[in-house]
Formats: sequence, C-alpha cells, structure tokens
Amino acid sequence: MSDETQSRVNDFVIKLANVNGTGSASANSLLMKSIFRMGIPVMGKNYFPSNIQGLPTWYEVRVTRDGHTARSGNVDLMVAINAQTYTQDLAEVSAGGYLLYDSTWQRSRELKRDDVTVIGVPLAGLCNEKFQGARARILMKNVCYVGVLAALLDIDLDVIRTLLEETFASKVELVKSNLEAIELGYDYAREHFDCPLPFHVEPMDKTAGHVMIDGNTAAALGCVYAGATVGAWYPITPSTSLMDAFKVFCHRFRVDPDTGENNFCIIQAEDELAAIGMVMGAGWNGARAFTPTSGPGISLMNEFIGFGYFAEIPAVLFDVQRVGPSTGMPTRTQQCDLMSCAYASHGDTRHVLLFPADPAECFESAVTAFDLAERLQTPVFVMSDLDIGMNDWMVPELTWDDGYQPDRGKVLNKEELEQAETFYRYLDVDGDGICYRSYPGVHPKGAYFLRGSGHNDKGQYTEDAGEYRDLVDRLRRKWNTAKELVPGPVISGSSNRLGVISMGSCDGAVREAIAQFERKGVSLDYMRLRAFPFSETVRRFIDDHEQLYVVEQNRDAQLRTLLINELEPDVAKLVSMLHYSGLPINCRFIIEAIEASLDKGVAA
Amino acid sequence: MSFIRKPNIAYKGQRTNALGLSMRDYEGGMSTLCAGCGHDSITSALVQAFFELDIEPHRVAKLSGIGCSSKTPAYFLSTAHGINTVHGRMPAVATGANAAARDLYYIGVSGDGDSLSIGLGQFAHAMRRNLHMLYLIENNGVYGLTKGQFSASADLGTKAKKGEVNEQPPIDPVKAALAFGGSFVARAFSGDKDQLLPLLKAGLKHKGFAMIDVLSPCVTFNDHEDSTKSYAHTRQFYHPAVHTDFIPPAEAITINYAEGDVVTVELHDGSKLVLCKVQPSYDPHDRAAALSYLEKSEAKGEIVTGLLYIDENRSTMHAVNNSAVKPLREIPYEDLNPGAAKLVELQSRYR
Repeated sequence: MSDETQSRVNDFVIKLANVNGTGSASANSLLMKSIFRMGIPVMGKNYFPSNIQGLPTWYEVRVTRDGHTARSGNVDLMVAINAQTYTQDLAEVSAGGYLLYDSTWQRSRELKRDDVTVIGVPLAGLCNEKFQGARARILMKNVCYVGVLAALLDIDLDVIRTLLEETFASKVELVKSNLEAIELGYDYAREHFDCPLPFHVEPMDKTAGHVMIDGNTAAALGCVYAGATVGAWYPITPSTSLMDAFKVFCHRFRVDPDTGENNFCIIQAEDELAAIGMVMGAGWNGARAFTPTSGPGISLMNEFIGFGYFAEIPAVLFDVQRVGPSTGMPTRTQQCDLMSCAYASHGDTRHVLLFPADPAECFESAVTAFDLAERLQTPVFVMSDLDIGMNDWMVPELTWDDGYQPDRGKVLNKEELEQAETFYRYLDVDGDGICYRSYPGVHPKGAYFLRGSGHNDKGQYTEDAGEYRDLVDRLRRKWNTAKELVPGPVISGSSNRLGVISMGSCDGAVREAIAQFERKGVSLDYMRLRAFPFSETVRRFIDDHEQLYVVEQNRDAQLRTLLINELEPDVAKLVSMLHYSGLPINCRFIIEAIEASLDKGVAA
Repeated sequence: MSFIRKPNIAYKGQRTNALGLSMRDYEGGMSTLCAGCGHDSITSALVQAFFELDIEPHRVAKLSGIGCSSKTPAYFLSTAHGINTVHGRMPAVATGANAAARDLYYIGVSGDGDSLSIGLGQFAHAMRRNLHMLYLIENNGVYGLTKGQFSASADLGTKAKKGEVNEQPPIDPVKAALAFGGSFVARAFSGDKDQLLPLLKAGLKHKGFAMIDVLSPCVTFNDHEDSTKSYAHTRQFYHPAVHTDFIPPAEAITINYAEGDVVTVELHDGSKLVLCKVQPSYDPHDRAAALSYLEKSEAKGEIVTGLLYIDENRSTMHAVNNSAVKPLREIPYEDLNPGAAKLVELQSRYR
C-alpha cells in the first residue's frame, strides 16, 4: 500500500444525495453508526429541506481518525441517489474522488468528469427484483447502497447486523429484509469492483468512552438533571426535538414510582408569546422553567424577555438558531441571533448568553443556565444552533456529579421571612446588584407586587427620576457581577501576535484550521468564548494581541459587534471571518480566509 | 398605580372570620382609579369574598395584564403576591405559575382591552386548558388609560364621549367563553354586589377556569348618555337570568326556593351553589341552550347576567397532565434528578 493510500485510511468524506421522505436518514445513520462502532471517529451532518417528502436532502459523513468535529470542505465519495441534483453533486466531488449512482437508469453522457471515478450500481433494479411493494423497494434501495458502501469501504458486516438487530429488536422480519438488502449491495460491489477503495475504513479504538448524540437531546437531559419541572414551548424547527426529548426523559425518570404522577409539567403553548409567559409565571413561582425556540420565536418573545429582565424573573431559553431573517431557511444553520438575544426587548436591556460548542456542552450549559438564571434572577439564553441541536456529534460520554446541588439563588424561605423585620424585594443588601426574592404563598411578609412598570427598591410603583435611575444602575451592577459568574473563555496558545476568537459550533473547524497552520509554522492563539457578558480575561486577550480573526456564522459580524460594543477595543485588529451559507462552517473556509488575510498583510 | 398604604386600624365591633382576620386584613393599597369607578366596587366585593371564605391572604396569587383593571390587584390582599404582567398575556403567566404550584388560589383581573384584543388568544387557550383560576374581566367597553378609544366589547351603535359611533359588533366574553370551552361562565355588574359576591366565591371554589365578565362602567370616558356601558344603561337593561347562592361546605341550605326553578351544584370542595333561575326552563349545564338564550336576550336588548354555564367536572390542566398533587416547586431536587448511574445506563443507546 502506498503512503498516499495509507494516508487516506479512516480519513475521507462521504456525501449522500437523497430525496427526502424516502427513509434515507435511517440508512445514512446506519452507515455512520457502523463506522463509529468500528472505533473510528465520525462526523455526521444532515442537510435537509423544510419539507416532508420529495425535495433534495444530503447527508455528509466525515470519517476522521483524528477526531475532527467539523466539515473538511471536501467530498471524496458522493453517493448520488437523487437524479434531480446529480449535476450539482458530481460537480462537488473533489478531484480524484468517486461517485456512486443508481445505474438502473443511464445518466446523460455529458454528466462526466475525467477526474472522478464513477461507479454504477443498479440499486433500483436489484431491489425491484428482490422486494415486493413500492414502499419497501424505495426503502430497501437506500439500505442496499449501505451494503455497496460496506464493500467499497470495508465496513464490518457483523457490526451492521448487530445494529440492525438492535434497531428492529421487536421486528425480526425487518432485520431479515434489511440484511438481505445489505448483502444484495455488498455482493454486487464485490463482484463488479475492486474492493475496497484506496480510502476505506480500518478498525480503531478511538470511540471508546464516546457517544453519538445531538445537542437538543443533550440539552433536554441537562434540563432533567438541573431539576427543571416546567417546560413551555411552541413547536419550531430546529428546536422541537429538545422538548420531544425532555418529554421522553421525563416519562422515563420523572414519574413518581408510588403514585404514578408526573413530577413535571410540559405545556404546548398556543404560540411563543404564551410559552415565554408560562416560563415567567413558573419562574416567579419558584419552579425551574424553560422554553426551547429559534429566532422567530425569540422575536415574538421580546416583550416578556424585557419584563423578565426588569422585574427580575429567572428563565431559561434555548435558542436553537436557524437561518434568518424572517422565516429564513428553517432547516439550515446559522449563528444569527446573537444581537437579538443579547439586547432583546425595548429599553436598556442586556442578557446573559451561553455558547455551547457541541452537544456535550449543551448538557452542561443547560445546568449552568438554570443556576445562572436563579443566581442572577434574569432570563438566560443557551445559544445553540441547528448544527449542534439536530446533528449527532461524537462527544465524550456525558458525566454527572452526584454531589451537585442547584444554585437557587437568593431566596428567603418561610422561616427567614418569619424572622425578618422587613422584606423589600429590590433592596440590594450586599452590593452585588442581586436582591433577595420570595416565592408566592410562602409567608405574608414575603408578599410584594411585581411589575414591569417603574418600581423602587421596596417594589412599589414609582415614576421618580432618582428611584428609576437607582434601579437601572443596580441592574447594571448586577450585569457586572454576571461577568465573572458566567463560564470564562477557553484559551489556547500564548504570547503570540495572531489569534482567533470564535464561539459555539465554529469551534471544531477553528481548532482544525489552527492545527493545520501550526504544521505550516504559523502559530495562532485561540479564545473560544463560552458566554456573554465578557469577563476581564476576554478584554485582556484582545489587548494582548495585534490581530485577531473573529470567526462566526452570520453576515453581519454579530460577535465582533458585541465585542466592540462591550469592550471598546481597537476595532482595526478584529478581522471578521464570516460564514453564512446555511451549511455548517468548514475548516477549509477558515484556512482560506486566514491565508488571504495573511497574504494581504505580507503584501502591505 | 402609586402605592398608598392604608392604615390597618382595629375598631370596636369589627367582624373577624374563622382565621381571626378582619376585612382590613384583606384590603390592599389605596385605589388610584377615578372616583366612582366600577372596578373599585369589584375590588371591595373581592375583599369580602376572600374574607368570608376564610382564605389565608398570602395563599392567593394575584395576576393581571395592562390597563385600569390590571392595576386593581394592588388594591386588595396586600399580603398576597401580585404580578402585573404584560398586555394581554396574564393567562400565560397564570398558566406557568399554576404549573409550578397548584395549591394556591389564582385570581386574574383583566379588562376588555386586555382580554378581548391583544389577549383574546391567551384568554381562549387558558379556557381550553381549563386552568384552575378565577378570571375577571372588568368590562367597560373603553380604553381608559389612553383616553377613551372603543374597546372590542363596545356595543354596536354606542357612542364615544366625543360623539364617534361604534360601527363594529362587540366580542362578548360570555359567548366567547361558551364557545372556547369555559367551564364556569358568568356575567355580573359591578353595581350589584348581591349578585357579584356569591359569583366570586363560587368562582374561587370552582375547580377549573371560572370566567366572570363584570360590567364595570368607566365614569370618566364611558358613562354618558348614548353609551351602552354606562351605569344608567346597564341598570335599565340588566337582566339577572340566574341568581347564585353560595353555600360553604359545612352549611345547610336554609332558604326556601320555589320548586322547579332551582338547580343545586356541588363543587369539588363540598360547597354548594344554589342556582335560582328566573326562567324555569333554563339549564346552566346546557352550553347550547345558554348560547341560544344569550342571543335571544341580546336581540331584545337585555343584558343577561348570572352564572350562565357550569361544568364542574371538566378536567383541569393538571388532571390532563397527570401532574403530581404535591406542588412541583416543592418536590425535592433529589427526586427530580435521576443521578449519575442512570446517565451511564441511558447512554448505551447513543453508542
């Protein structure tokens, strides 16, 4: 085996072009999971349309022995099942790559590339002969190409068999027919082509201690572990699966074994306006409550978010960001709600944001968000996105510390209220801008009238200039307290001139790009922001560098804007690298952008 | 909504209830509404209702939206928590609050502007969920705080103070509540405390969403001639269809009612409602009949009042959700967290 070939083992990208609603998602996930089970790190991304059936959909599997979590930007093997997108799919294959298509129907002669090896397998023909019924034939065609790929890439058939047995545990017939389809494709490929291809898989042991999980599921688990009891929501892509998962976990973990009663309340609201209102009501009344949503939902929730900020009610919002503005592209990813969340609602407002970088951090962020919301008595946003929320990521197994106790913040209980001489809701007794609160119904002395209108430190209505200023200045003080309470940035590298600032789902691509530059002798420091507001460490990192690339996934450089607005740095040193195609950012994009910038620097 | 605390002065011969509290213990801050405002009469009836029901004031949660009506929770039960939310969204906040702690009394005070325009959707959905709360609409057909615009409950042909005639049909909260699945639907008049007081008590004890549309004239912007929401007009066309007597659980029904005109409804806590009907055939359990009766009376220009519909057995939000009887906020964290071992076990499915 040549060095070049050896270098491609367990390091290549398969992209699958399908028609949505044909069961391709299950076949593709079977493919990815099989590779994962062989101990080889994988990345999977689903690019699906906002549609139920009939539109093009793609799935990308990156086999990555080095454990990269982002797209590389290449396609080594295209599985072009959808005739509708064939031209586009062929064009996307990297030079020297392969394309697999369904040769039951001949492709036009013009659709050829000299630098791409085309493999034709009569998938439909094979399945039509073998299976009965239109639906079965369509479904099995997808499973059949997994069989072809198993042969081409040397995927262990035993692993596939085990996975099928687990998936269809109660349906023996389905295991049998799926296996037949796999073998059909496998045998055909072995018979007609040189198997395996130069790039293929070989078993490794690099997935032990890891799971493949999506961010919405992980965030939902975080809500369960954080002790959230009230979830109010309105379905919206791509956040819906978060509440779906929360419901499943609650039915598993939160049904009282003695009474059979639910220790949770999930309310599907009439709209986002109501969903956030319910969260406010529950938060005011002492429950940990949350709502998952996306950009359009945040727009609708704005009024209540300002209410929560001003009246100081804990609330947790998961914004699983999708492409905006307006309806935008509901099934595509973006980091485009930073500004609209950071300063949501009219008047002077500022909100705490958390930036999880992967599903494992969604789990942790969920717990942190509830602690911060109650400690700071304010709405807290977990800024996930479609890429993190809906794709299965390989992450270290989630762990839990049984010693954890929730931080319920400054709350006076019945005994404390009984002993208190007086209780005033908005009196800052210890200077951190955070006041003591009381839950309704606990003690008459704890009673106060909460309002979104002007109020003084006793909680009474006011239109007095001084009292108003005192209030908003205290909220500013609380904001300053928050700066050191939120998770600080993760910084790598030191004392360099150049650096990268990024957050959230950009992380994998940024780290991979930095590693590649390192190999070329270019050192880049990296600061991954994990929260807003920004701490002193963030300011120092910016001050200490001459040039910083701010990598983010939106058109308007929202993260850079936040940094400039909050920290007032020398703006010239913050150079934007903006990715906003709706697809998750890839490593190649960052490398090319930074190279271009470096070249420009040399030229100047 | 400035807050002027009323002195709680004890005087001789002061009535106390079973908790040893006086009416004053159920009052709130001084009202800042206009003198003669219907809303203040409703506040005073509420004070009496809570007092006579021996409800611990701090076990009540008061909620409101935005508008004159929404200021009133500051004027009763000063030792109860109150929350003055955003316009039209009080039902959502009440829903969340109720989800967190189902063992409090929830009272929402709204107005026609708050509930029938921006809040119509939330008003409808709170009823659809049969949220356990007393929901008052202090209905005056006009926007007070913005100085006299028609509200969605303004009657066809009624005149604004400045002479403008309303050309759009009203949304009647009672008919809306019947259509949206309300389980306790009543109309009252702030000027008739005898009728209002038992309705408030019944509403507080009803297990589910008790909606009372209380006609409550605005003395400043809608109490003139040619207004159909004035004191004079309401008094003239006011038509009590059903009179309600509220009998607490321990008490016996002592009044003699004419045979055939009476329906007794037992609530979940054992209290009884004796509904005395002006029209003997009226059946307050028959939703369709209630709607039909309202339509016919409206055609005659009558303003029908009383407890017009009740379904004391409809499932509430918590029943549908199978929520724990124990308030969710009181469940110890240990019982909410599955623990580290379960997390390990669960993750086998993600490999």
